[in-house]
Amino acid sequence: MTTQNLARPRRYRPPAQLGGRTPLNGTFKRRATIVGFLAPALIILGAFVAWPMISALQLSFTDASGFGTPEFVGLDNYVRVFTDSEILQSMGNTALYAVLFTPTAIVVALVLALVINSPRLPFRGFFRSTLFLPFIVSLAVAAFAWSYLLDPQIGLLNYWLQAVGIRIGNVLQDPALAMPTVVAVAVWKSFGFYMVIFLAGLQEIPTSLYEAAQLDGANGWKRFTNVTFPMLSNTMAFVVIVALIAALQAFDQIYVLTGGGPYRSTETIVMQIYQSGFKDLDLGFASALSYVLLIVTLLLSLVQFLFFGRRSKDINS
Amino acid sequence: MTALVRPRVLPSSHASSRRRRGDPMRWVFFASFLVVTFALMLPVTIIVLTAFKPASEVNAFPPTLFPHQWTLSNFEAIFSELPFGRLILNSFGFAGGVTVFALVFDSLAAYALARLDFRGSRILLIVIIASLMIPFQATLIPIYQLVSQLGWVNTFAGLIAPRAADAFGIFFLRQFFVSLPRDLDNAARIDGASEWRVFRSIILPNAVPALLTLGIFLFVNNWNDLLWPLVFTTDQNMGTITSGLTLLTGPGGIIPQGVMMAGALIAVLPLAIMFLLVQRRFIESVASTGLK
Repeated sequence: MTTQNLARPRRYRPPAQLGGRTPLNGTFKRRATIVGFLAPALIILGAFVAWPMISALQLSFTDASGFGTPEFVGLDNYVRVFTDSEILQSMGNTALYAVLFTPTAIVVALVLALVINSPRLPFRGFFRSTLFLPFIVSLAVAAFAWSYLLDPQIGLLNYWLQAVGIRIGNVLQDPALAMPTVVAVAVWKSFGFYMVIFLAGLQEIPTSLYEAAQLDGANGWKRFTNVTFPMLSNTMAFVVIVALIAALQAFDQIYVLTGGGPYRSTETIVMQIYQSGFKDLDLGFASALSYVLLIVTLLLSLVQFLFFGRRSKDINS
Repeated sequence: MTALVRPRVLPSSHASSRRRRGDPMRWVFFASFLVVTFALMLPVTIIVLTAFKPASEVNAFPPTLFPHQWTLSNFEAIFSELPFGRLILNSFGFAGGVTVFALVFDSLAAYALARLDFRGSRILLIVIIASLMIPFQATLIPIYQLVSQLGWVNTFAGLIAPRAADAFGIFFLRQFFVSLPRDLDNAARIDGASEWRVFRSIILPNAVPALLTLGIFLFVNNWNDLLWPLVFTTDQNMGTITSGLTLLTGPGGIIPQGVMMAGALIAVLPLAIMFLLVQRRFIESVASTGLK
């Protein structure tokens, strides 16, 4: 009994004069202090996070359009989400985007992180800062730069590729190439961020492991597959989930570069929410679509939460 | 030769014994990675160089990387063709406003969760962490309805208020406050300091690195955000640089490429300057906010 109690981490309980809660201490003044500290943030979060979540759920069961009184339509909007061929296509596009984006961004980021982490490379700080630079460029601005580089008439990249015999034509008008292009822009913008996270993970690997591997005669590739990669698995899992969630929310560069075209080939879920909710004013339907996005994101976050359990551990600290 | 004079350091990690200043492979490695880095920076380079090209060169075939003749006409054009000064002010107002309000409100709430031991604080923290997982795109429509009922569309209030506090910031700062030693503030409490005074005079001064980190993160995210200003501003004069530039470009854009690049360069400049000034903190802040 006693040992059990001792083993349990004790929660800090300050004595009364340090603000601890005792029967005599729960005064009005103290409560007012607590409310005063919490109120501004909780009012904002209540009004703009909690209430919209409830409101979006309500809206998703109506035919709200911004005009007239919304009527209850049951599951109609959800049925439409999962039967409308255009919506199914935008879900497929989002999945394709995620499947292209996540591994590409991770491979690029990991390779660059490994190179920068190598002690043989001079000026590592310079490379780290330079390669991180695209992260501060907004996706919209990155999209401008890429559209100019890829322009079929005056694009420099297009011209250079032609010079070596690769004809890509007008990628943004090509249904087969538009999606890889908007993915490439996102990869370019975000690899620096994932690279920095990988660098942090690489620096936590104890050097003794590499020394041991070297003594055992492991070459560079063997050291990577048997030491680096397994030791990086937590970082990797984190990056995969964060990249997947980011991919689900793809919007900015698509809005700038293709507007969802050609032939809806780059229409993603968030593009569709924007179109239905703010252009067509089909609020009920857009809310249903939003809720589907919300639930998929929550599921992914839950995986992350369960996988790491880090946040829940932190709460006990 | 210098290798003989320099003290021998134990080779760290997987560095081989070849790690010496004179190692030619090391500089080949360096040079090839430099080329890769320049190639990856091509979009940034093209923004900077095109912004200074005259229109004739921007649309010339074959295209070139460097301008033959440097000009500032694109910068003149962007200010005369767009309410660009206004857009810059709006961006500072929006991103700066969100940053300031969120830092104040987040730190207050984080202090209550970290230090004021009240009933239900754990449950509140768990609810806040759970709300981290809600993507803003999913609740955009009800937020818009609320903002428009308040008459806040096309105002700074409408842009800033919904983001004046955020779950991530509260959680991030709470974690930092918890890591500060209790002895610091308990000493002040015994001397009769109020909670407000403890917060302002002891916790906040010790939390400057965390506040700076969160501030950078908030400013960059909001400055670069596109969907948010697109939704909450319909009047061109209330747009941000990011949304304002976007409306005039893209497929069927109506401003010339050179002018667009001048605008893009100006849009990136404040963040680039911030980045150059505090590179290390900037990178660490983004990495740590991403990780937590």
